Amino acid sequence: MADSPTTTARPIASIRARTLQLTPPRWVAFCRGAAPIVIGVALAVLLQFYANRWFGGYREKILIDIGINIILAVSLNIVNGYTGQFSIGHAGFMAVGAYTAGFIMYYGSFWLFGDTQFHGGILSATTDPRGLHGPGFSGGDLLFPAALIAGGLVAALFGFIVGLPSLRLRGDYLAIVTLGFGEIVRVVIETTGTVLAGDEIGGQPWYRLLNRVGGPMGFGGLPIYASSFWVWVCVAATVLAAYRIKASTMGRAFLAVRENEIAAASLGVPITRYKVRAFVIAAFFAGVAGGLFAHEIGNMLNAGELGFLKSFDIIIMVVLGGMGSISGAVVAAIVLTILPEALRSVSEFRMIAYALLLIVMMIARPQGLLGIHEMWDLPYFRRRRTGGKTA
Amino acid sequence: MALTLTGCDQQPQQPAVTGGSPVATPGEIVVGQYGSLTGSEATFGQTTDEGVRLAVEERNATGGIKGRKIKLVTYDDRSNAQEAGTVVTRLITQDKAVAILGEVASTRSIAGGRVAQQYGVPMVSPSSTNPTVTDIGDMIFRVCFIDPFQGTVMAKFSHENLKLTKVAVLYDKGQAYSTGLSNYFQQAFKEMGGTITAVETYKGGDPDFSAQLTTIRNSGAEAIYIPGYYNEVASIALQARKLGIPNSVPLMGGDGWESPKLAEIAGEAVEGCYFSNHYAPEDERAEVKEFIAKYKAKYNGVTPGALAASGYDAANILFDAMGRAPSLSGADLAKALAETKNFKAVTGLITINKSRNADKSAVVLQMKGGTPVYVATVEPPKK
Repeated sequence: MADSPTTTARPIASIRARTLQLTPPRWVAFCRGAAPIVIGVALAVLLQFYANRWFGGYREKILIDIGINIILAVSLNIVNGYTGQFSIGHAGFMAVGAYTAGFIMYYGSFWLFGDTQFHGGILSATTDPRGLHGPGFSGGDLLFPAALIAGGLVAALFGFIVGLPSLRLRGDYLAIVTLGFGEIVRVVIETTGTVLAGDEIGGQPWYRLLNRVGGPMGFGGLPIYASSFWVWVCVAATVLAAYRIKASTMGRAFLAVRENEIAAASLGVPITRYKVRAFVIAAFFAGVAGGLFAHEIGNMLNAGELGFLKSFDIIIMVVLGGMGSISGAVVAAIVLTILPEALRSVSEFRMIAYALLLIVMMIARPQGLLGIHEMWDLPYFRRRRTGGKTA
Repeated sequence: MALTLTGCDQQPQQPAVTGGSPVATPGEIVVGQYGSLTGSEATFGQTTDEGVRLAVEERNATGGIKGRKIKLVTYDDRSNAQEAGTVVTRLITQDKAVAILGEVASTRSIAGGRVAQQYGVPMVSPSSTNPTVTDIGDMIFRVCFIDPFQGTVMAKFSHENLKLTKVAVLYDKGQAYSTGLSNYFQQAFKEMGGTITAVETYKGGDPDFSAQLTTIRNSGAEAIYIPGYYNEVASIALQARKLGIPNSVPLMGGDGWESPKLAEIAGEAVEGCYFSNHYAPEDERAEVKEFIAKYKAKYNGVTPGALAASGYDAANILFDAMGRAPSLSGADLAKALAETKNFKAVTGLITINKSRNADKSAVVLQMKGGTPVYVATVEPPKK
């Protein structure tokens, strides 16, 4: 870029002029900022209409699983990777988001549309060989993203409530608190009553329905909305947000907290505030992922499966990808979702092979696939970006 | 031009013509099975799988279906609902299964069933008793009774066979299965004119039940209905006897009691107690005897449990329907399955009713000398 050795000697006015000269016009900057979103949405639309045709129903379902796991891994990476905290309650936030979104979609559909069935259009339609989905665009297509965001916000609120007192703790102590939180969420959900059928809902006040989310039997009958489109739009949003956060002042503060809390504090970084922020942001995306998970085809939302084992699945992805690396988390989520499916041919030894691969991986590369680096920081990509010259 | 058109017109009719005749068609019929072969409920999936494999082997030995052999493709779902949906999708779209067998746990049956329904492939669940499973749609069937029936079975048995009028209930409030059975039992027992003297609850994993049992003892109950799982039931039984509830006050339960562990842990304490189940190995019917002999021959002399019997029945009912169906398309197969009537299954005479559930009898077993012994058969209500 600019030849910088002389900048210190230059008067401020000259620097400002130079900066202005380097700053691209507003519309270019806007396009540059919007480009990832536009590309992400375009990809999501492409997958929505062609994934089934190109890959078949099975592979499309795995793509959806991959998408949800990417959101979970990338969001947990903000806490465990950037900020260096050890949270093992990610599935708890996922459960909060899943049940919130499920509640809105199930009972909300009844209040808005008169029954609890699917009311989406082409964007929310999942693999459906018999073409039962609605035409074009309809009310469900608005309700579903609203439910996802609501699920994320409620999860973020929980992240804040849990984070505020407990993030003054460190290391193992924090891990235990988050583990406890995840278990509390699971147990509370399991004490609720059965889901009401359509004709029983009428006339019930909404707060009484809060206790009607299925309990140990699970939240059955949720309409299926988690299409390739919504999943991949959410993936794009999560990855973009994680990337922007990492490059921002906040991201630098997170990394400072991770590297050395005392040094960070003495540089004026309010440690607890940044930890809570990381927690809240991660919880929001976990809640969104939970909302998608709840409305996925071939799934039945039950709190028993969102216990600490699910949290560990996500942690494995983050650790395998490399703590703090977004692209590492993405790659690990893809690999760890495909691997158990690809190993189906060795049936009984499948989970042994999976575990062995993880052990070998951790011995060979304890820092994870990409360490703290990003894929675009690797020498190969770097050379291409700078046009052959390594910086 | 005209020739090619007529040629095209005739093609769709051909399979129907050959399908009706017993001409051997090359190629196997793929039947998919999914179950919890590993994970927290691994024993459920494994025993069911043993029953299913036995049925497939037998059918193939006697010529398969219309001369075509059956190829069973089984996938493990690790006791996980999301994975159940994935493997059912795989069975249907990759392996081209014409029908699906599975699952035991109702949550996973629902997860997989929704996929099967969406693709229009019939699914038969061997032993998911929750009523909502078959509500998914016209492709989902089951060959076991549902929870409301099992709850009333014990009410009927205790009222008519044991002539009891005062019963207390103790159930696990954290389990949908237990809560459901308890509700249906109470409802049926009251309708028959009986009195429920006390209703107490516990939670899976509780170590101490003395408070609940004292209340029940003081309520003057002649029997206690405990529709829980065998591990808690065993400790409840031990503590009940210790608190002075004599063996003349029997404990009663549902199919969650079925495990050799029950008598192993509780011993004398459960002597003379009753529970309802899908089938009894002591049943004298020819189908049961034949099944047990075959099963023992194949699996090292192990006596099959109810889950293995249900798996065997589910597979056989499906094969029977395949034999009757004009083609193996989802709609034809579902129609044939729905027409299943008085099928002589191991677990009883099975008729598939309008809501695609099985109308079948339940058996009541009594613990005698550490093993469950057949006492009575309770028929489904005639409507």
